[in-house]
Amino acid sequence: MVPGSNWANDDPALQDVSKSFGPIEVLHNVDLALEPGEVHALIGENGAGKSTIMKILGGFLDPTGGHVLLNGQPVAFGSGPEAEAAGIVVIHQEFNLAPDLSVAANMFLGREIGGWRLDHAAMRKQTAALLERLHSPIAPEARIRELSVPDRQMVEIGKALSRNARVLIMDEPSAVLTHREVGTLYEQIDRLRAEGVAILYCSHRLDEVAHLADRITVLRDGSVVRRAMRGELDEDSMAAAMVGRELQDFYPPKGQPSDESALEVSGLSIPGKVRDVGFTLRKGEVLGIAGLVGSGRTELAEGLVGLRAASGEIRVNGQPVAINNLRDAFASGLAYLTEDRKEAGLLLDKGLRENLTLATLERFGRFRLDTAAEDAALDKATGDFDIRAPRRDMVAGKLSGGNQQKLLLAKTMLPDPQIIIIDEPTRGIDVGTKSQIYAFIRNLSAEGRSVIVISSEMTEVIGLSDRVLVMREGRLAGQVEGDSMTEDNIVRLAMGVSGEAA
Amino acid sequence: MSKPDLHTLGPLVALIALIVLGALLNPAFLAPGNITNVLARSAFIGLIAVGMTFVITAGGLDLSVGSMAAFLAGIAIIAMNAALPGMGENWGTILVGMGVAVLGGLVAGYLNGALITKARIEPFIVTLGTMGIFRSLVTWLADGGTLSLDYGLRTLYRPVYYGGIGWITWPIITFALVAFAGEWIMQHSRFGRHVEAIGSNDRVARYSAIDVNRIRLMTYMLLGLLVGVATVLYVPRLGSASGSTGVLWELEAIAAVIIGGTALKGGTGRVWGTVVGVLILSLIDNILNLADLVSPYLNGAIQGVIIVLAVILQREKRTAEER
Repeated sequence: MVPGSNWANDDPALQDVSKSFGPIEVLHNVDLALEPGEVHALIGENGAGKSTIMKILGGFLDPTGGHVLLNGQPVAFGSGPEAEAAGIVVIHQEFNLAPDLSVAANMFLGREIGGWRLDHAAMRKQTAALLERLHSPIAPEARIRELSVPDRQMVEIGKALSRNARVLIMDEPSAVLTHREVGTLYEQIDRLRAEGVAILYCSHRLDEVAHLADRITVLRDGSVVRRAMRGELDEDSMAAAMVGRELQDFYPPKGQPSDESALEVSGLSIPGKVRDVGFTLRKGEVLGIAGLVGSGRTELAEGLVGLRAASGEIRVNGQPVAINNLRDAFASGLAYLTEDRKEAGLLLDKGLRENLTLATLERFGRFRLDTAAEDAALDKATGDFDIRAPRRDMVAGKLSGGNQQKLLLAKTMLPDPQIIIIDEPTRGIDVGTKSQIYAFIRNLSAEGRSVIVISSEMTEVIGLSDRVLVMREGRLAGQVEGDSMTEDNIVRLAMGVSGEAA
Repeated sequence: MSKPDLHTLGPLVALIALIVLGALLNPAFLAPGNITNVLARSAFIGLIAVGMTFVITAGGLDLSVGSMAAFLAGIAIIAMNAALPGMGENWGTILVGMGVAVLGGLVAGYLNGALITKARIEPFIVTLGTMGIFRSLVTWLADGGTLSLDYGLRTLYRPVYYGGIGWITWPIITFALVAFAGEWIMQHSRFGRHVEAIGSNDRVARYSAIDVNRIRLMTYMLLGLLVGVATVLYVPRLGSASGSTGVLWELEAIAAVIIGGTALKGGTGRVWGTVVGVLILSLIDNILNLADLVSPYLNGAIQGVIIVLAVILQREKRTAEER
């Protein structure tokens, strides 16, 4: 029995649920109950079984043991739509919206109002009423394509409500949002909670779990290892429960940057994105770049490595360099690890070897590609970066997020760059792998290389960097280092609030 | 790595089945004369289809190749006829024609590729446009009729199609060489790897320091070059070109690529598969002509069924992978 829960309530619950894929059991006897008006956070490392639970509750998978209960009775949803009909709606990370249709058309997709002729007015009116209920200013006529990501998420939530959802299952809803937008999401969740909706909330961000969740279930290796009510667990104990050990040294100790400069940038501008940015990166330094999404951080990085047309002066080891494309950047010892692992980093349908060597193929044979050398490089990368692949010949898309990120890091390091720009080093990866990647980054700087880390996670930037630059609206808003490197100071600079830190 | 899967085996099994069927239906099927005939006819589409494999693998498409072949044949014939009075009836004149066809192919491929990569227009739209342009130009050059190569030159040029080493004629040799080279380039060269990467995800390719536009442009130029080579081998067959030369070649080439297991969305190129695809299409045609089981007029219908079947098999493979 789940302590403090009531099997007889109307909302869905898992009772002693197990799930096997072939011979491998990935969920072991899980009990989980959702309560109306309660946010239930489900946390765990990648592969702990969170998504399997979401899929079982959402009707996309059947349990191999135990029951899904609804209204106290065991039910078997044949499909996602059947679960939706019962009021259980999953909001996936990738939105299910038709980008060229209007908001109203998306809300009523598949169950349009009207007979032979669609009743556009009625659909618009109901959509407007729903959006009103969500306090959202989105116009029902707007096309999804024209909406920002958080607005699209709002449409998804509205769509769920329009289907009279009693239960919302949200998969990493904040992963696509910026700091400010997350605030709006919290407000919406508070509103839904007040209306009596039961919410299952999966997230990697422990700070938001601590903030939002009324009840927390921690999964590890397919079993529930901890249950807690609001306030019973702080972030550290959540992380410890997830990985099963104390994370006393989550961030590696800071390094000793030398006084020599590795990279000097002055007057760097990218039309419409970045204006007149200048800074110096020292050898052996980890330099953080913080700022809101849209503040020009990624664009700055892409401009530095020639992926975007940029003007300004760049000096590497004191020598001016001209970087017009990524190849020039490699030649100058710069490399860039993209924030968009799945769409710009790795070929998900290609093998590990092909991915690893893609950017540096000219090192593997003049005419005929030397697959033996490529394999050797993969062996080395697998060891150096602890890439855990069940099979060597698998495609990159089948790796877990953390292992994909390690592969991407290995790929980025293959040209042997001295200056590495890493954009969102740990987006969507689990806690254990995160600390591994932090250690890799620290190692790079200990070897005398210089690293720029761009991150939206404030604790990450602070924990990892020797110094942090803060960007706002395409400009450098300031820098913090040493004791002034606090969340508060960075947020002030990023938001443009006065009272800047020195 | 090179373990054969259903994807590559399927078309091969179909090809062998067709050969067995053909041999059973008509003993003349395996006669050297017939084999030469089938292979030589396959060579034109085959050369183009090998180039098409690269274009499609990089995520592109070229509908203009049939019209391009007709246009190149037209200008090659005009060039040779024009050079005849000055240069005389010799191989020099024919080399002029060959040069015009091959260079013309490169230029035409560049035109397609530049419109797609530099002007950023959809490949389908660009090549639909150039398909009409080339077709119309050759019809105009022929004034609605036929452009004929001078009789003397035609006699001289004839062995390029009909001659060869024994029963292995020059088109067959050329096709075989190009197929080997194409397979090698796709599997073992940087260019081939880049082509597959671009078709798989061009953004990843760009972020991996690959000059995406240059590689794309090169695939269209390679295809144009191969259309030129196919034209060089095709002209001596009839010694003429008209508005109806090379009609539907583009679709046959695309069909061969798809039957061979190259995904239309790009990312995976199989030159061997394309060769098998070309042979399957030619064999169906040949068997229908030799055996009076089914009317040869139904050739297109049977080929259509094969194409659809091939794609269904591909999709079943993919969903199996997703599980």
